[in-house]
This record gives sequence, structure tokens and C-alpha cells, in this order.
Amino acid sequence: MTGADLRARLRGNLVAGNLVAHAVLLMGTALFLLPIWLVFVGSTLDSGAINRGDIGLLPRLEGLAIYPRLLSPAPGGVPVWRMLALSFAMALAIAAGKIAVSLLSAYAVAFFRFPGRMLCFWLLFITLMLPVEVRIIPTFAVVADFGMVNTFAGLVLPLTASATATLLFRQAFVLVPDELVEAARMDGAGPWRFLRDVLIPLSRTNMAALFVILFVYGWNQYLWPLVVATDPRLDTITVGIVRMIGPESRTAWNEVMATAILAMLPPTLVVLAMLRWFVKGLTESER
Amino acid sequence: MERRTIFPGWATPALLLVPQMALTVLLFLWPTAVAVRASVMRADPFGLSETFAGLDNFTALFTDPLYLAAIGRTLVFCGAVTGLALGLAVLLAVFADADIRGRGAYRAALVWPYAVAPAAAGVIWALLLHPQIGGVAGLLKHLGIAWNYKLNDTQAMIAVVGASAWRQVSYNFIFVLAGLQSIPRTIIDAARMDGARGWRRFRTILLPMLAPTLAFLVVVNLVYSAFETFGTIEALTQGGPGRATQTLMVKVYRDGVVNLDLGASAAQSVVLMALVMGLTALQFHFLRRRGGR
Amino acid sequence: MNRRELLAGTAASAGLALVPGLALAQGAPVQITFWHAMAGPLGDELKRLCDAFNAVQKAVVVEPVFKGTYPETMTAAIAAFRAGKAPHLVQMYEVGTGSMLAAGAAVKQVWQLAEETGVRLDPAIYMPAVRSYYSLPDGRMASMPFNSSTPIMWCNKDLFERAGLDPERPPETWEQVMTAAEALRSKGGAKVGMTTAWPTWVHLECFGAIHDVPFATRANGFEGLDAELVFNSPPMRSHITRLLEMAKAGTFTYAGRGAAGDSLYPAGETGISFNSSGIRAAVVRDARFRPMAAQLPYDPAVRATPNNSIIGGASLWTMTAPDRSAAEYKAVASFLAFLARPDTDASWHQRTGYVPVTLGGAGLSLAQGYYARNPGADIPIRQLNRGEVTVNSKGLRLGRLTEIRAIVEEEFETALQGKQNAGAALDTAVARGNKVLREFEKSVSR
Repeated sequence: MTGADLRARLRGNLVAGNLVAHAVLLMGTALFLLPIWLVFVGSTLDSGAINRGDIGLLPRLEGLAIYPRLLSPAPGGVPVWRMLALSFAMALAIAAGKIAVSLLSAYAVAFFRFPGRMLCFWLLFITLMLPVEVRIIPTFAVVADFGMVNTFAGLVLPLTASATATLLFRQAFVLVPDELVEAARMDGAGPWRFLRDVLIPLSRTNMAALFVILFVYGWNQYLWPLVVATDPRLDTITVGIVRMIGPESRTAWNEVMATAILAMLPPTLVVLAMLRWFVKGLTESER
Repeated sequence: MERRTIFPGWATPALLLVPQMALTVLLFLWPTAVAVRASVMRADPFGLSETFAGLDNFTALFTDPLYLAAIGRTLVFCGAVTGLALGLAVLLAVFADADIRGRGAYRAALVWPYAVAPAAAGVIWALLLHPQIGGVAGLLKHLGIAWNYKLNDTQAMIAVVGASAWRQVSYNFIFVLAGLQSIPRTIIDAARMDGARGWRRFRTILLPMLAPTLAFLVVVNLVYSAFETFGTIEALTQGGPGRATQTLMVKVYRDGVVNLDLGASAAQSVVLMALVMGLTALQFHFLRRRGGR
Repeated sequence: MNRRELLAGTAASAGLALVPGLALAQGAPVQITFWHAMAGPLGDELKRLCDAFNAVQKAVVVEPVFKGTYPETMTAAIAAFRAGKAPHLVQMYEVGTGSMLAAGAAVKQVWQLAEETGVRLDPAIYMPAVRSYYSLPDGRMASMPFNSSTPIMWCNKDLFERAGLDPERPPETWEQVMTAAEALRSKGGAKVGMTTAWPTWVHLECFGAIHDVPFATRANGFEGLDAELVFNSPPMRSHITRLLEMAKAGTFTYAGRGAAGDSLYPAGETGISFNSSGIRAAVVRDARFRPMAAQLPYDPAVRATPNNSIIGGASLWTMTAPDRSAAEYKAVASFLAFLARPDTDASWHQRTGYVPVTLGGAGLSLAQGYYARNPGADIPIRQLNRGEVTVNSKGLRLGRLTEIRAIVEEEFETALQGKQNAGAALDTAVARGNKVLREFEKSVSR
């Protein structure tokens, strides 16, 4: 019996049989997926159904034709796939950038002692506190001073400046036993090697979880991309969706909902990829 | 708890901190400082005229009974969203961590809600919860409950808490799952030898090992519920009925982005920041005393 | 492109050739950035408008850019202005007019633009009820009227018939509305007798305009920043009391703030609904019943003959930036002149469902037989031209009007919950609103 199997079985015993687990999970899943299912159903209805409040639980099969239509290049406007691609690049850059930057700073705060260490930590920590909506005018001024309005960097960097990931890494590093650090130092490993050979492999699951969350965070950003980019070629999919919803307009609700479904696909792929990594990271670190 | 073994020197940590600090100072601290400065100013939105207002903006807040009421309401709201979102997430994650068929599918499904564009989710929630044409109203009517969150304070609060927690459960779920997965096997083996089962094992083994993750999540959830839920509230109740669902951030957003009363909005942001930082410090303090980290 | 549009294009280019400077422009065209808040099909129509302008002349290229909701567009414009990167033109909702007028050098008002560039932008061609909202008390125009609508009464003919009411005769007075709502509930089996969107706009702002009752002193704020709210007068009080009584009797269903009340009417659940005339296009597409548009009802006890209602929507503001040249301002003026052409205005009106803002646009639509083909589409126009524009029906010129509306809605909701009566609700709203006005006055006086 491998370690993973034993572990899983032990965990399995935690619940009084699989039946309970299935019941809880099924109920949870149904509850959580209902709104998503309704978005999907809405995408297959006629364009005014949502406006009429006319939505059931079953999709209209012939309405599925909306999907190929949305993905084919639209004359004039920015095609959906282009917005998807830009959002993907933006979300990827934000997630990767945040993880890299935060890993380093959390390492510094957790494994070194230097003057101003706690001050640094708290300075980083308060960046959790004010969302971009509140400081949008001064942030725009800084970005404009650097000539980054209407650039990809201007889109990404201000959203990278937050410390969620630093906080999580710090919390994870607290669990690393002192003995491990001791052993590494005995082996003559310097701080960089310790980071590369011990800490990063140990943090894989957390990194995978963070990547998912940060990717989706970047993916769903709305107000900042809207304000900083005035070039339609820098339109993200979220801006694209909001642009389709006009109050007092003949909003094509099926297109809105279908675009929202399409906009879920890339994050879903990331989630699936990362979930595989969850299990993998686990078995490898246990070997 | 402090780590006993650490690496020496300050040059390496300084280097490690440079990218994060540079980003933070330029793109966060500086704009925030500007916002804090605005809290003691009275200015028109275009920045054409500006006069020093001293503590006027703050005095105005703290002599306003409506604002003081909003503080209490915000605490209730944040507590409810955090509790609901974390509780459900831990429950689901413990079950999804078990060795059962289709756990991959469950996991993927439970992370999904986080990926829905907030704009589309807002429309669906508004439709689903609509007192006259929504599905929830019809369902509750069968149970003999008259659903009208547009005029019922309690129902309005339930609606915004539920819709706000919905997304956040996914967020918490994935981190709790990651936390459960990284618990070393030896610990669980030892527990098995001791014959620990069910709830007791969860409480004595899993929960302490999850503590750092949960501490992180409590902070993140508080921050989320305090700062990032105004979109959901705007989509459903706009703070109503009356002021029943008006949290501090709803007012910050309304004064800052809609009314362009930048001084008042900045002063409120400062108060809100202080509040959430206080809560967080309290939580860290509490955890440290409990021996957690 | 059909024949009419072709004709319109030719006419427009002929008109523009008369604009001095433009026809002579050489080299690269002047680029004009136009930030707007028109989402959905409205955004497509706006793009068509800009494309049409770009096609009929070669000196200027207007690029429309979507910037979110009205408040988001405004925030983006302010952030950009502070960084010296303001767009040339920005679309601003009517309730932001007070703030924009206080923006001093950040904007160029229409009369200023016309004076500096020599491009003729004549206030006289606009409908009085539209022009007045965006003009200074002396008649000079501050911003360019653009997409405009006004609240009207929407009726469900099917439900009217079922309730034994004449589907061709909508109620005209509030007395009749109450009787109809009662019948709709008791005899017609309607889930909702009457509902409303935009509670403050419809039931205080427009109610005041129609009955010549002031909303605020100083000519509803037009004559000074020191205006005070006075919407707690007896006529308003009795109207709000009427709504509360109807709510109690189950004939009025409150549906939420702002546009939230727009969802019940297309669903066919309400017999009577007060919404913006702008929902027309969506109603025509979505309603599974026979919709009917009618003018807002009035109360003969307050005023024997009703006046015009107040518009809503947005206007266009010319913004300034440090490095902006005279040629750019001239280009903006030429675009604004293009928008004011009857053919442009008529086409925008017919394709979007907004009211025409110029008399010429309305006249042209009539001549083209648009109202004969689309019965009811002229209701908002007739309502805007009903009676005579008085100081109380020009519109409102109050800073932070969005906040005042929110305050009124908060107090109204509390009254609907039975926690206070109409008088207390309006008194509190006036007191709280006046505080907002004084704070605004302080922030912009320099």
C-alpha cells in the first residue's frame, strides 16, 4: 500500500462512510453550480428571455448555435477570442508575477532576521486593505507618470502590487520545521539553494492553489483595465461582457450569457490543470 | 512563535524584498498616501481647488449616527460572510479530500463559481432572487414564506450575505483542500495508531494543522467581505431597503466613484482600513495566545 | 447603406464644407477621442454615428471608446484629466451636470467652444425641455444635449382588458391610476397592479415639474449653489402618501431603486409601470403582450393642466488638456455640429428609442412617417412639449444629485416598511439632502 492510498483511506474513515460524503458533496455541488447552470441555460434562450424573467431549468438546444457564432470573427468589433487571449495573458502575468514576487518577499520575512523586518511585513500587509476602486485616481496618475497608460504593463503592474500571496507563503513557511533548515545548513546549503531545493518543492500545493486564485482574480478584473486602457485592442473579456449589458438597451442576453460561459473556460482549464498538480505535488513530496 | 533557525545577513533578504517593495511603494503606498492626504482636504473632483479641512471629514463621519450604525452593520455582514464562506468551505473540503469516487469532478465543480464573471453573476442573482419573477420566491412561497428582500431588512441581508459568500466558498475551498493535502502522512498515521476517529480527529489533528491556512483565510475573507462585496450589494439592493444592507464600503464607493466626494470617501477609507487592520491584529493576537501561528 | 442614409451623408458633407477650416485641412486628420457609457446595441449605434461622421469628411476622425457605466466614465475622465490626458469629449449623465458646471477650466462649455472656434452651435434648434436642462440661466448652452429620455407610463393592454378596463384609454389622472390599479389586481388577476422604476426621478422630480411645484429653491438650483431642497411641500407629501396607501392596499409594488424597477414590465407581470421612455426598443422586442405607452398622469387638485416632464439621459462635455490645440477644439465643434443635424438626430432617435433632442429631428421623423409606423413612439416627445417650460420644469441643477436620489429612496423605503409616514420621510430626506448640498457648495467654491 502506498503512502497516498493509506492516507486517503484514513481520511476516508473520517466520514461515516462514503454515502455521507457523496450526499454532502452532491448537495454542495448542486447549490454552487445552480447559478452557473442558469447562466448556461440563459445563453441558449432567445435574446430577450432574461429581460422577461423567462428562464427555466432546461436549455434550448437550438440556441446552442450562439457559440460558433460568437467565436467567428465579428465584422468591425473586437472578436471574443481576442479579448479572451488578452485576458489570458493578463491573468497569467498577474498570477505568475505575484507568485514570484511574493515567494521571495515571504522567504525574506520568514527566514531572515534584519532590521525593519516586521515593518516590511506590515507595509506589505496593508496592501490587502484598499481595493483599487478607492485609489484609482492617484494610481492612474502614477501609471501615467511612467508612461504606462494604454500598455500591457500598465494593465498588469498595479494589480500585481498586493500581498495576498505573501501572506499565504508566510503562513505556509511557518509550518516548515526548524530541523529541516538545520539539516540544510549542515549540508552546506546557502539561502538560495535552500529556497530552490527545499522550500519551493514544499510549497507546490500552495503555489498551485494560489495560481488558480490569482489567475481568476486577474481574469475578473474590471474597473482598472477599463480605466487604464483606452485602446479597444486592450479590452479584456470582462470589459467586453459589461459592454454588452446596456440598461434601457436591447441587450442580447443570450450573447451576454454565452460570452460569460466562454469566459469561464480558460479559468476552468487552469483549475483542472492545477488540481492534477495537487495530487502530484503531494505524492512527490512524500516520496 | 519565532523561528529559531534563521539565515544570517541582511543583504540577501534586502535583495529578496526589492521587487515586492518597489511595486508596493510605487503602485500602492504612494497612491494610498495621496488618498489619506485627501481625507484631510476638501477638494472638487477635478483637483482644481483644494483647501485644508483638518479633521472636518472625520468629524462629519463620527457625528453622523447613520455612519456609526453602518460600522456595526458592516461587522455583522463581514462576520456572516466570513463564517458562512469558511464553514461551508471546510465542510466541503474535508469531504472532497476523502478517497471517494469522482472527487476530481467534485473538486473542479466546487472551484467553478469563482470563475464566473461578476457582472454575469450579478444579473443571475438579481433574477433568481427577484421577489416577483425569481425562482427563489416561488420556491419559498411553497414553504409559506413571503420573499420580498426589496422591503424586508432581514431577507435583504440574507440575500447579500448569501450572494457574497457564494463566490468566496470556492476561494476558501481550494486553499483548505491544499492545506489538507499538505498535512504530513506521519501525523495522520500517528493519529490512526491512537485510534482517533471522526470529529475528534478533525478537531485534534486536522484543525491544528490547518490553523495557519485558516488564519490566512480569515484575514482574506474579512478583507473580501469588507472591501470587495459592494458590486454584489449594488447589483441586488443598492444598500437598501432603507440602509439595511449599506456597508461601509458601499458608502465609500458611492461617495468616491458616484458622488465624487473625494474627501469624505478618503476619510471613510481610512476608517475602514483601521477597522480591518484592528480586526486582523486582534485575530493574530488571539491565535498567538492559543499557541497557533 | 440604404438610400435615406446615403442622402443624409451627402447632405452632411455639404453642410460640413461650410465649416471654415475643416474643408481646407491638409495632411493627417485630427484624432478626436470620445468616451461614452453606451453599452449593448446602443454602443453599436453610437459607433455608427461616429463612422458616419468619419465617412462624410476627411479632416477629423472620431474614435468612440466605451468607459463603463456613467459614474465609471466620469471617474475615468477625472483621473485622465488630473493626469493631463482627458478625452476630447465625454458623455456625462444628466445628474452629473451640476458637478461638471463646477469643473471650471476642465471643460469648455458649448457657448465657449462655439465662440472660440467660430463653429455655429445654435441653442434655438433644440427642444426647450431638453435645452434648458443643459443651459445656464441666461440661455447659453453648457453641454451638448445627446441621448435623452423621459419617464412615461407603460400599460399592459392584455391585463387592462382582463380587468375590464379600456385598453385604448390609459388613465390620465392619479385618481384614475388608482382605480385602474385596483381593478387590475382584483379583476384582472395581475400579480402587480402598478410599479415604478426611478422612484425619485418619476415621483418627485417629474411630479414637481408636471405640477409646477419646486424641488429646490433658487429655480431648482439653476440660479445658485446655495439652493435648498423643498420637496417636502404639501403636494409632494400627498403624492407620496398616495403611493404608501396604494402599497398598503397591494395595488402598488415597490421594485427597487434606480432602474431596478425595469424588470417587471417586460415580464408582463404588471398592469401599469413607470419607466424611462428609453426601454421602448427592449419592450417592443421582448414583450409577450400588447404594450402601450402613455403620458405620466397628473393630479388635477394640484394643477389643472399638466406641464412638461423632466428629461434624463446624458449630454456631451468638451474637456480640456494642457497640450490641446485650437484645431482639435475645432474638430470637436464640427462633430457636435454634425450631431445636431436633423438627419443625424432623427436617425439616432429612431434607431435607439431615445427622444429626438432637436426640433428638426422630431419634425423629420414625423415627415418620414415614423410615428405612424410606430404608434406610441411620440408619447415622450408630446409629454416633453406639454404645457410650458417653467422654472420648475427646466430640470434640476444640483450637485451630487445621485446622492440626493439615493437618500430619498432610502427614506421612501423606510416609509414603505411602515416605519415612518410620508411627511417624516420627506422631511428627513430634505434635511439630509441639504447637508449634501452644503458640503458640495463648500467643495467647489474657490
